[in-house]
Amino acid sequence: MKPPFPFSAIVGQTDMKRAMVLTAIDPGIGGVLVFGDRGTGKSTAVRALAGLLPPIEAVVGCPCNSATRADVPDWVTTAEDRFERKSTPVIDLPLGATEDRVVGALDIERALTRGEKAFEAGLLARANRGYLYIDEVNLLEDHIVDLLLDVAQSGENVIEREGLSIRHPARFVLVGSGNPEEGELRPQLLDRFGLSVEVRSPQDVEERIEVIRRRDAYERSAANFFDTWAREDAKLRSQILAARKRLSGLQETDDVLRAAATLCIALGSDGLRGELTLLRAARALAAFEGSEHVSRDHLRAIAPSALAHRLRRDPLDEAGSATRVNRTVEKVLT
Amino acid sequence: MSEGAARWVLACHAVERLSQNPADLKGMIIRARVGQVRDALLDRLDTLTLPVRKIHPNIPDEMLFGGVDLAATLSAGQVIHAKGIINEPCVILLTMGERCPHDLTAKLGQILDADKGHCLIVLDEGACEDEACPAPLVERLAFSVDLDGIERTETITPDDDHSNDDDISYADALAALTCLAARFGIDSLRAPWLALKTAEANGEDTLSSRDLELAGQLVFAHRATQIPTDDASEHLLPPGETPPNNQDNEGDEDTSAQDMTLPEEMLIAAVQALLPDGLLDAVQNKGKATTGSGGAGTRKKGNRRGRPLPSRPGRLDGRNRIDLVATLRAAAPWQTIRARSRPDWAGLHIRPSDIRVKRFEERSDRLLIFTVDASGSSAMARLGEAKGAVELLLAEAYARRDHVALVAFRGTDAELLLPPTRSLVQTKRRLAALPGGGGTPLAAGLRTAMDIGRLARGKGLSPTVALLTDGRANIALDGEANRAQAGEDAEMMGRCIRAEALPAILVDTGNRPTPALRNLAGVMDAPYVALPRADAQRISSAVSDAMD
Repeated sequence: MKPPFPFSAIVGQTDMKRAMVLTAIDPGIGGVLVFGDRGTGKSTAVRALAGLLPPIEAVVGCPCNSATRADVPDWVTTAEDRFERKSTPVIDLPLGATEDRVVGALDIERALTRGEKAFEAGLLARANRGYLYIDEVNLLEDHIVDLLLDVAQSGENVIEREGLSIRHPARFVLVGSGNPEEGELRPQLLDRFGLSVEVRSPQDVEERIEVIRRRDAYERSAANFFDTWAREDAKLRSQILAARKRLSGLQETDDVLRAAATLCIALGSDGLRGELTLLRAARALAAFEGSEHVSRDHLRAIAPSALAHRLRRDPLDEAGSATRVNRTVEKVLT
Repeated sequence: MSEGAARWVLACHAVERLSQNPADLKGMIIRARVGQVRDALLDRLDTLTLPVRKIHPNIPDEMLFGGVDLAATLSAGQVIHAKGIINEPCVILLTMGERCPHDLTAKLGQILDADKGHCLIVLDEGACEDEACPAPLVERLAFSVDLDGIERTETITPDDDHSNDDDISYADALAALTCLAARFGIDSLRAPWLALKTAEANGEDTLSSRDLELAGQLVFAHRATQIPTDDASEHLLPPGETPPNNQDNEGDEDTSAQDMTLPEEMLIAAVQALLPDGLLDAVQNKGKATTGSGGAGTRKKGNRRGRPLPSRPGRLDGRNRIDLVATLRAAAPWQTIRARSRPDWAGLHIRPSDIRVKRFEERSDRLLIFTVDASGSSAMARLGEAKGAVELLLAEAYARRDHVALVAFRGTDAELLLPPTRSLVQTKRRLAALPGGGGTPLAAGLRTAMDIGRLARGKGLSPTVALLTDGRANIALDGEANRAQAGEDAEMMGRCIRAEALPAILVDTGNRPTPALRNLAGVMDAPYVALPRADAQRISSAVSDAMD
């Protein structure tokens, strides 16, 4: 098995990398949406993330990667009393996936051959405690989107069908990528993503050459390349772990809370999820940078990613949402 | 050599390169109708040493990914797994690539990205521009050759022209191809990578300028979005500056710096010769792609689940769902007979032929968004008539099971009186209660209609906007009474509607036809129906004519 492309070896794309690191620090931020053209390294980054994240302890044989024996849902018959370390799951949800494959369904095979009523876990179970990656998320079928909305919100997957009544935890970070030219995303789903970033290919020739050169080195000898970057990745990993520890100790001042609220009001973002995400992301950023407290600078840095996709679309404004956010941030946070 | 023969030779080169390194180059798209020329090229694919698996756009998941072979499992009484295409490296030959649905596209993309040594050959038989292989595949596969218009006599065997006069270092080739891709306006970074691999796949240890030229022609020509100009080259490539800091281990820095500039120009000339004629059209189409007409990635998605139909015998291929009750019912009468043939079996005897799958009638429902002008001017003249027309259309819509939505604009804003519904009674009631009076915020009305149309499309409906107005827009989008601004805003919203590819019809209910409205209809790409002294019946027939 080829090691994944090292996360730190990705050239540029600082916004995307930062957003992903923040969700690794605080999964509660609620996912990243990456919009950009093809061939800009979206998928590479998501898969690299899997290699970067610290491994998790899980019960052997449990389809939902439960952390303790007590967490294993009662319908699981294959769980053992042993634990294993496995890498943080990053599960692909292909566009054509059926409802059965996503939420899980009656195990037809066992039902027909052995006459047993058994549940076959779906992708949502496997993504528990990890990441669920949807490429071309804007082309996803609506009924799958509805399922995801519900589960992403509650962190629990409930199946009531074909004589089954089953529930299992499904807490995952949603990572979506897509090409906005091919279709819009429903606002309800947009809102579920904590952060959104837009990626473009680097426009600088030197940088582009560097991308190709690293890719080449990786393809030539993945193991060597991985070793070269292992130190960088390890550094980032320990930074993430340290930030996770620091996260609970961080407090933001009333001033910062007020600034966040003012910002969201000025932008007219719907609901309160904007503020909450903005604060959580700012806190994670502060923890990552090792700051003592959350400051306005953190808000400023993270506001475009946290808010740009929550604005009402204004067909008359050609500047794009990120520019609008930046303009307002300048006005409010000075 | 004729033009067709030149293209043929290039296609042969593509096949040759592909057979050297199928895993990295990922494959090619062959755009051609069925015929001898295509067969001749496919024969050449024999040089690929991998086994060939032929698939079609409706291939079930279990053939791709493997899974339980249900029929074999049932007859054997134990689980038998079928091997999928993904399990071992092979050449996947996709026929009718222009009809590849986007879910299959995504799955194939996943298989290719998994780097398990698969190679995809897409046969694209598209007849017109709109029919083409989905973009995600074009992006991932290295080559795309068009065999249209090549005569059988032109399919000559290309001669070996390995003129190894120069030797280009790997680092130089990498830099040159990346710069070249940038100058042709290719944003994706897969392209230079694929070109590099193409150049490398020459079966030798060294790279020559011929390799680079060929790689550029094969990989960049169909991806180019702009023709390099001299300004662009200055901007992107400071003369003679690219190589020096890129070379690490090469000793001859100064000589190769000079070498670099030469092939670069030659490369551009080589690729340029192959650029398709309609390059600029393609660039314009890129903007139009949002409108979503034609192509595989368009709005076929997300139909509502539909009305259930009687279940039918079928195979479980992962996309359909079993109708358990019907399956058991089908198996029930046979239980005694089957029990006799297999007395040792205690459970139910179910054979693959008993399996019934659920079916739904999926059809894309139409949605008529009535956008009715209820301003003072209209109210005096025709609101009554417009209401009558809408009612007539409603009756028709009801008969056809279309959905309707009702937007009214008056005063300073537009209001969605009725979200998309099928309820005739409710619509009638809302319509009757529709008050008139106030200004004419035409732009606001159009915006509301467009929002509803967009939402409805997301739900799998096909929306049509029917705008009934007398046309004197006098309230701008921001609610201000400014006639000039209002007209401009209305036109801008009209453009937005066109950009969304929302079909529309504009019914002018004024006493005499208004030129501004005819204009607006042109902007919206909508048929314009002027109805001096309209009666409800005529409006109704005009709208249904426009919709069909």
